[in-house]
Amino acid sequence: MNRMTLDLWVGVFVAIGLGALLFLALKVGNLASTNTGETYVLKANFDNIGGLKVRAPVKSAGVVVGRVSDIRLDGERYEAVVTMNISSQFMFPRDTFAKIRTSGLLGEQYIGLAVGGDTELFKPGESVKKTESAMVLEDLVGQFLFDKAAEGKDKK
Amino acid sequence: MLDRAATALRGLGSRVTSRLWRLGFASRFFLATLLYSGPSFRRFFLTVREIYFTGVLSLIIILVSGLFVGMVLGLQGYDTLQRYGSSEALGILVALSLVRELGPVVSALLFASRAGSAITAEIGLMKATEQLSAMEMMAVNPIARVVAPRFWAGVISMPLLAALFSAMGIFGGYLVGVVLIGVDEGSFWSQMQASVDFREDIVNGVIKSAVFGILVSWIAVFEGYDSEPTAEGVSGATTRTVVTSSLVILAADFVLTAFMFRGA
Repeated sequence: MNRMTLDLWVGVFVAIGLGALLFLALKVGNLASTNTGETYVLKANFDNIGGLKVRAPVKSAGVVVGRVSDIRLDGERYEAVVTMNISSQFMFPRDTFAKIRTSGLLGEQYIGLAVGGDTELFKPGESVKKTESAMVLEDLVGQFLFDKAAEGKDKK
Repeated sequence: MLDRAATALRGLGSRVTSRLWRLGFASRFFLATLLYSGPSFRRFFLTVREIYFTGVLSLIIILVSGLFVGMVLGLQGYDTLQRYGSSEALGILVALSLVRELGPVVSALLFASRAGSAITAEIGLMKATEQLSAMEMMAVNPIARVVAPRFWAGVISMPLLAALFSAMGIFGGYLVGVVLIGVDEGSFWSQMQASVDFREDIVNGVIKSAVFGILVSWIAVFEGYDSEPTAEGVSGATTRTVVTSSLVILAADFVLTAFMFRGA
């Protein structure tokens, strides 16, 4: 086989190999959707984050506006400090509520931002003051049983 | 009695030392390959020729087996997922298992048996027919001229082949899941995109296949170079290439996976 055809075949091979990588990156992976440009940081303290994980989505009105970038425990107040990267296109008022929600009954957990009516906006790096912890199933069941027991006492 | 025990012990000892000796020689050989790999890039045609033999000629087997592995994943995944009413997650299952594990590992195993054995047999036969010694006589370094281009061709081809395998497998899963069974096309792709992460899954898969490429090519060229220069020796070396590289691929896959996907 002469040199030209050999080069051609190897060129075709490398081209379709790189094409497959591109397909994996853009069509299969989330490269196209993650690099939406600039982000800024918001923080939020929660009493309990439940099963929230790093890279979990941050949603406002159901639309993904950012991702959780870091979760750590505040050693003095024993609260979870969640750092979020929010897309710079979206600014939120200072009385925005951050809640940990679950998508579906057993789905993954995400942070929902419920927007308030304040005219002042969060500056990058600030902390969300109003937060609502994750719903923990055991606590809910416990609460339910406790309420039932209390009801039974009232009736007597 | 004591005599026999001593013989057994001696045999064990000599086997261990010979293994260690071979490992040391293999490491030295690896360094020599890296050291003399200048010509394979300066005269890039040498490497291109080998990419043709190791990469291009492995395309058919990689593409066909990728397609079938993906189709089987589609069938099996659908069968399990529909019991839990979540057949839309088929895209995630097919894509994650291919990109993280099956793509790099299975294509490396195929590559070892398709291309690795051929490299070993070729170099072994060159040694048996004293072509390597003839090169040395002409002041041509056989490591630079014969070994390094084959090594680098394997290292370059492997990630590309693994990516093709994964892409083809995902297409196979799509064929079975969406076209044949009728899983919703939109959720198949969108759920896949939502849970396959570029950095975590795809880049890690490519790193895995690059490591496998280095290991398989190293083992293949070393076994060829170290083979006994007889017909029997070459056949033994070819078998050892396939066996050793398959085991090394699986062991390295465990180690890499433990590093990459711990916790999360």
